[in-house]
Amino acid sequence: MSMSAPVLEVERLRVHYLTRFGTRVQAVDDVSFQLNKGEILGIAGESGCGKTTLVSGCMGLFIPPLYHSSGDVRIGGQSIIGMDREQIRRDVLGRKIAMIPQGALNSLNPTRRVKDLATDMIVSHDDRAGKREISERLRERFERIGLDAKRVLDAFPVELPAGTKQRVVIGISTLLNPELVIADEPTSALDVSTQKSVIRLLFDLMDRGIISSMIFITHELPLLRHVSSSIAVMYAGEFVEYGSTEQVIFDAQQPYTRALMGSMLSADAGQRGKKPVAIEGAPPDLKNVIVGCRFAERCPSVRSDCAQHKQELRVVQLRKVRCQYA
Amino acid sequence: MPELKFQARDVSRVFGHGKRAKVAVDRVSFEIRDREIVSLVGQSGCGKTVLSKLLLRIDAPTSGELSFNGQPLAKVSDPRQHFRKVQAVFQDPFSAFNQFFTIRSQLESCFHLFEPKPSKSEIAERVDAALLAVNIKPREIDGKYAFELSGGQMQRMLLARIFIIRPEVLIADEPTSMVDACSRASILDYLMKLKQELAMTIVFVTHDVGLACYVSDTIFIMHQGQIVERGAPERVTGAPESPVTRQLLDDIPDVHRNWLERGERASG
Repeated sequence: MSMSAPVLEVERLRVHYLTRFGTRVQAVDDVSFQLNKGEILGIAGESGCGKTTLVSGCMGLFIPPLYHSSGDVRIGGQSIIGMDREQIRRDVLGRKIAMIPQGALNSLNPTRRVKDLATDMIVSHDDRAGKREISERLRERFERIGLDAKRVLDAFPVELPAGTKQRVVIGISTLLNPELVIADEPTSALDVSTQKSVIRLLFDLMDRGIISSMIFITHELPLLRHVSSSIAVMYAGEFVEYGSTEQVIFDAQQPYTRALMGSMLSADAGQRGKKPVAIEGAPPDLKNVIVGCRFAERCPSVRSDCAQHKQELRVVQLRKVRCQYA
Repeated sequence: MPELKFQARDVSRVFGHGKRAKVAVDRVSFEIRDREIVSLVGQSGCGKTVLSKLLLRIDAPTSGELSFNGQPLAKVSDPRQHFRKVQAVFQDPFSAFNQFFTIRSQLESCFHLFEPKPSKSEIAERVDAALLAVNIKPREIDGKYAFELSGGQMQRMLLARIFIIRPEVLIADEPTSMVDACSRASILDYLMKLKQELAMTIVFVTHDVGLACYVSDTIFIMHQGQIVERGAPERVTGAPESPVTRQLLDDIPDVHRNWLERGERASG
């Protein structure tokens, strides 16, 4: 381990939304983790569990109705809580953290050419860059990520197939060589083969040193087995299990993680015919204050006192688990 | 031998003309029997959605013959007649419902397909029954609009429609790709229920062979508009003959297999 500060440190972060009627929804509750150079953290959970809200918090993007309640986020040792938005945009986004958004296929402005969109990315952080220099840089980078640079740069987004568009989005967001890339479900709208090539591209960017670490968000827990070095499983705004990929995938301790694995299909020969089991019910409404275990209502191994006691993350078999009976 | 639902002979669908012609479905022939679950599997752009639109009769083949229940589809003059018997569930549940009407009123409007239309109280009863069939308490959605529900709930509403209309054939076009993994398992359960309780024939369109393998009796693997391999799921996944099938199987991120090694180079 080098002595340099971790790429990203999140300490007891709590984030909430305020609804139109003043109700407070605690979307992220007491989340802590850190990410070192070269690491990939996978975050898995159902829709609505707070995955995307958590990464907005990690980037310091508190845009109403999203507010910071408490806790700290440090990037390269420097806290970004309390920085003003313009400073975050200029110094943090794109340079230190880049985001590959969830709807990447719809995130390119359809009325502008890829070239212009990419130029914006550079100019908005460096207004002295010359035209010639920019186009040279774009061509070089697009070729490096396996695109036909000349054709793609001149095209409008609609002219490109889904896989290429996804590469373009990745190419543009990593133009400034950010240390950390947050990929929010980058592959969920793609078919299995395109999904593989997109992940291969992300690995390639890491191996070439263009990016140094990654947060990969998905609801496909099995996919993380091949992508991340550690996994955090989120439920109703909290981390419920956080450990190495091997531990979480093959030896889950928390009932929710197990249920999530059980709801997955497998095409593996030995597993074929194994029925995926749906998790019945819905996650709790975070408008209400929940005292005990948030998964208690749906938990297959619930006990009578689960809903009464606050569950803390504790270490069970070398990973953190939020369940008093794990 | 059960009767045939769909029969296709050399069906093609070509978009555009001359040099710019794009062949989306290329001379496919197949039969879909009654109460069979058939999966159309392939990568994006292989023609599976175009083919399912042909079956739905919202698009017509440029050449070849497609018949339903022994009758050529081209001769059906009133599309409603066909829609009464063949219904679809699409990929994106959010765009499937009108945002300006309550869900309930849209479910009730399904009864326009019926002749004669049942009475109001009977309609209400049958809507409630359909909602219960997909595990939603009817009172839960009273007065609610499409945007107030989650993706999984919306997808179940679409299935509730199917429980109301009770078509002979259901075409499910990637019904699970927009919902998260835990809702996926329940959507699959409802599809099986439709088959078992209502004796429905299902055409399941997906890019995931694993999923197809789990639900279907027969799998058609499509590539560039053609059906390149067909057979029972055990055969297709156990001993694939076509390189396309092998590729599709390889690309599934299974936890027990090496899927991708770090350091493999990105390719164009």
